[in-house]
Amino acid sequence: MNSIKFLYAAYIATWLIHGFYLGTLLRRYSRLRQQKKELGK
Amino acid sequence: MSSLRSITLATLAKDIRLEWRSKDAINSMLFFSLLVVVIFSFSFDPNAEESRQIAGGLIWVAFLFAAIVALNQTWARELRNQVLDAYRVSPAPANALFMAKVLGNFILVSLLEALMAPLFMIFYNLRALGPAWQLIPVALLGTWALVVNGTFFAAMSLRTRSREIMLPLLLFPISIPAVQSMVEATRIILTGDGAARFWIVLLLTYDVVFTTACLALFETVLQAE
Amino acid sequence: MKRAFPILAILTALLLAYAFYEAMWVAPMERTMGDVQRIFYYHVPSAWTAFLLFFVNLIASVIYLIRRNAKADAIAVVSAEVGVVFCTVVLVTGPIWARPVWGIWWTWDIRLTTTLVLWLIYVSYLVLRRFSDSSQTPKLAAVLAIFGALDVPLVYFSIWFFRTQHPQPVIGGGGSIDPRMLHVLLLNWLAFSCFALLVCWARYRLELLEREVEDAQSLESLVGDNRLGVKRPGEHSLPLKTNLPLDKNTSRTGTQ
Repeated sequence: MNSIKFLYAAYIATWLIHGFYLGTLLRRYSRLRQQKKELGK
Repeated sequence: MSSLRSITLATLAKDIRLEWRSKDAINSMLFFSLLVVVIFSFSFDPNAEESRQIAGGLIWVAFLFAAIVALNQTWARELRNQVLDAYRVSPAPANALFMAKVLGNFILVSLLEALMAPLFMIFYNLRALGPAWQLIPVALLGTWALVVNGTFFAAMSLRTRSREIMLPLLLFPISIPAVQSMVEATRIILTGDGAARFWIVLLLTYDVVFTTACLALFETVLQAE
Repeated sequence: MKRAFPILAILTALLLAYAFYEAMWVAPMERTMGDVQRIFYYHVPSAWTAFLLFFVNLIASVIYLIRRNAKADAIAVVSAEVGVVFCTVVLVTGPIWARPVWGIWWTWDIRLTTTLVLWLIYVSYLVLRRFSDSSQTPKLAAVLAIFGALDVPLVYFSIWFFRTQHPQPVIGGGGSIDPRMLHVLLLNWLAFSCFALLVCWARYRLELLEREVEDAQSLESLVGDNRLGVKRPGEHSLPLKTNLPLDKNTSRTGTQ
């Protein structure tokens, strides 16, 4: 049945959204660590 | 309590007097409202049967746009002249200022609606099939709902970047139940299909809840500027 | 404390994997909808988690308004942001589920529509936090959160009545649920709750770090570079020479 594609789409979309958010967190984290290092110098 | 009322009325009278002396803002808002009605009429050109179904939505969306334009200038004069700082240090209750602004906006937006509504009726050949008198409480309660929250969020937006876009951004989500009530009530009254009572009661509830919330929290917002 | 994080992350990942396995293969197939119904095991736990996070935001906002506690404000930001993420998942999986089952992407389903309005309110909350550049942002955001909370029951009622006038499909169905399905649902909810907790924890640490860096930056701009021992060009560490007449025998301060 074609509808199984929607099942995969939903699960993939869920993890794409979470992954995207975690990615932004990582980016902010590394940028902040860089800034902190510069301040501490 | 009487000082609250007298300060409110004095502030309101001052605002009206100032607006009356330089009618620039009002005139451009009136013209804007007229333009909105015309644009909508060109964009949504239904026959008489459909028009009653969607007219409720069209009218209130048009009112919403006009209200945003009016609300955005609520605190402009106060900002220009550092009036808010003076208010913060004065012993006058913050709510008096807030109520004066809300009443002023209410009068202004009602004026705009009084211009736009007949124009809509003309362009769309509208005639209420239900009890037309019910449109009055809908208009009053609906306008109050938009204006009370709009004035409050305008104050909240004062110290934000992109102040003008911040106001509708904050106002629209919170206003969704109110707008739905206004639109549905108007549609029901125009088409005569059912009773608008539930929507009118919901609007009343919305107004009571949010007027209370605004009065309770305006002091906090004023101090936060 | 820091050691616990990777351990919990691995445990959560295992739990999520196991919950996924159960959702896909162990849970019985739904009679009318078929396998597509399994979206339910991701859609509903995400919704419950989002609502829980928004509730946490409300509590934190109220506490902040009463106590002006900075930690409460940090929790408010964290729960709002992570809540929006989970809410986005709900709004994406909902239509993906609705399309094959009812043929339309959107119905004014009461729970989905309320979720949409909540999402809008909290996105506006995040925009306010980002665009407001005063030190009073936490207070304004807390006020907005309270307004949002007051709005939600009204939203629910208005949609509920609207639907009695205009009947529409209900996504997710009402009524009783097969106990085996309930088991898988609760398992996924547990897994996603642990995941949400983990993400909030990470975001909270990020928030603390951000505030620390911001404080240090504003301190630096106040005090100037002297704190770091770096001189800007033209700057002297001693007062500049003045044009006062000086006796030849007295020593002069200042650099030449």
